[in-house]
Formats: sequence, structure tokens, C-alpha cells
Amino acid sequence: MSDIADRVKKIVVEHLGVEEAKVVEGASFIDDLGADSLDTVELVMAFEEEFGIEIPDDAAETIQTFGDAVGFISKAS
Amino acid sequence: MFDLTGKNALITGASGGIGGAIAKALHAQGATVGLSGTRLEPLQALAAELGERAFVLPCNLGDAEAVEALPKQAAEAMGSVDILVNNAGITRDNIFMRMKDEEWADVLEVNLTATMRLCRGVLRGMMKARWGRIVNIGSIVGSTGNPGQVNYAAAKAGVIGLSKSLAYEVASRGITVNTVSPGFIETAMTDKLTDDQKAAILGQVPAGRMGAAEEIGAAVLYLSSPEAAYVTGSTLHVNGGMAML
Repeated sequence: MSDIADRVKKIVVEHLGVEEAKVVEGASFIDDLGADSLDTVELVMAFEEEFGIEIPDDAAETIQTFGDAVGFISKAS
Repeated sequence: MFDLTGKNALITGASGGIGGAIAKALHAQGATVGLSGTRLEPLQALAAELGERAFVLPCNLGDAEAVEALPKQAAEAMGSVDILVNNAGITRDNIFMRMKDEEWADVLEVNLTATMRLCRGVLRGMMKARWGRIVNIGSIVGSTGNPGQVNYAAAKAGVIGLSKSLAYEVASRGITVNTVSPGFIETAMTDKLTDDQKAAILGQVPAGRMGAAEEIGAAVLYLSSPEAAYVTGSTLHVNGGMAML
């Protein structure tokens, strides 16, 4: 697993308080990991901080799953 | 009680009577204050009076770009914005049948839209900090209505709806959003009234007097304090009993 995926996973596990094993490629933050809509905003904020990138609102809306996040950040950073 | 040491507060309309009193009240309890307003001179005078822990942040709330930039400027100056007081307001009174679109738009822009933009601008920092206080200044007329003030009353009623909805969204993050609704307060705005008008108004105020700006400052101080953590989405009416809501 890439370094980016590890760092994203760590943020998701810490923020949502879920088991690491559940944070898989297709895991939806809201449907599978119990996030509410405000959690998803906070996750994006945490990603921005961790990776020193800006994620615009329209892009943030497309980040629904763990895989989406890793994919977006890999391209952006 | 109500100790704000280490908290940074952004106050709009701080060049006015009520805004100045709010700034003084928060500052007296240890807060650092960012004084925003359109008129530079009174802001600088207030900052000089307060001494340390006071920053002047001029902003025209009718200018969308300037409004978007203000929370960042405030955070750069003070380190963060922990408390936001949306106090700035304008009136463009007219009987409704003569009300122009600009009179409507100007009042909505400054009193409601700028409030929304500033709330949006400070939330990120508050969410991260898991602590925040937003106090929006409404008006008794937002609840009771007032002839000649269809635009102002609509904007102030809008502020209450905004505050309640936002309070719902962010309550779980330690952020409270409340409204303080003043009645008749002694300010430059009410100085313009004639003695007859004042007498007529006071006839409707059980307390028999106008309120002082400091009495609004005290209400804002309470809602900004750590002690008010469990109060959110509420409207605190400070009106001498003029409307018991």
C-alpha cells in the first residue's frame, strides 16, 4: 500500500473511530463508515492539512469513498 | 465567570454604539478583539482606548470580496477567530409601497448576506478547534415587524432563521450560534427620533426607558462565554419587556 493511502487511512480511522480493516478501497465514508455530512467536510479539511493541498468544494463532493480520497490526493500532491 | 482570556473575537460594526460596547465588554473579560467597520477613525479611537489586544480591521460589508477576506485577515491579525459577533447593520426605511429594489437589496446584503458569509468564513477554524461562539445581532422588529422597515425586519428575521439552522449543524462540534435581539437602545440610530417619537415608543416599554448599549454588550458577553456552552439556537431578547417572546 502506498504512503498516501496509509496516511489517509490513519486520518479516517482516527476521525471516524472505525476499525482499520473496514477502511477498504470502496468503503463509503457515509454509508459504510458511519460519517455524517459534517464529518466528510472535516475529513477533507484534515486531508488538506496533512498533504498541504487545496481541495475545492466541487472536488470535495466527488470524494465519497476511501479510494476516491486516495485517488484525488495522489493526483493533487 | 465569563472569562475570555485567550479568546479572539471579531466584531463587525464596532464603530457604532452597540458594536463598541460589545467590543469593550468582551475585551474587559480578557478577549483579544478585532474591530471591524467602515469608518476607520472611530475604530482607531476605540482601539487606542482599549490599548493592547485590539486590532483594527476596516471592511465594507456591502463588498462581497472584502467580506470573504475579513475572517482571514482577522485570523492573521489575532491568530484565530474563536468568537464572531455579527453586529453591523444598516437601515433604508421606506413605506413598503414606495420601497425601491436597492433599498431592499442593500439592507439584505449587509444585514443578512454578509452575516452568512462571515459565519461561513470563521467556521473552518472553529470546527478544528472544537470550540466557537457566533452571536448575531438581530432586532425586536425581526420578531414583531415594524412599519417602514419591511426590508430591515425581513433581514433580521432571516438572521434568526440562519442562526437556528446553523446552530443545528455545528452543535456537535462545540460551536454555538445565538441571536441577541435588542429593543430600543440609545444609539446614533435612535438619536434621530424626535422627542414625540421617543415618548410614543417608551409608552410601549414596560421598563419605561431606552436600553443602554452596555446592556447589549453584557448579553453578547454571556453568549460568548464558556458558561453558555449549552445555549444554542436561542434568541435573547433585550428590550425592557417591550415584547415578551
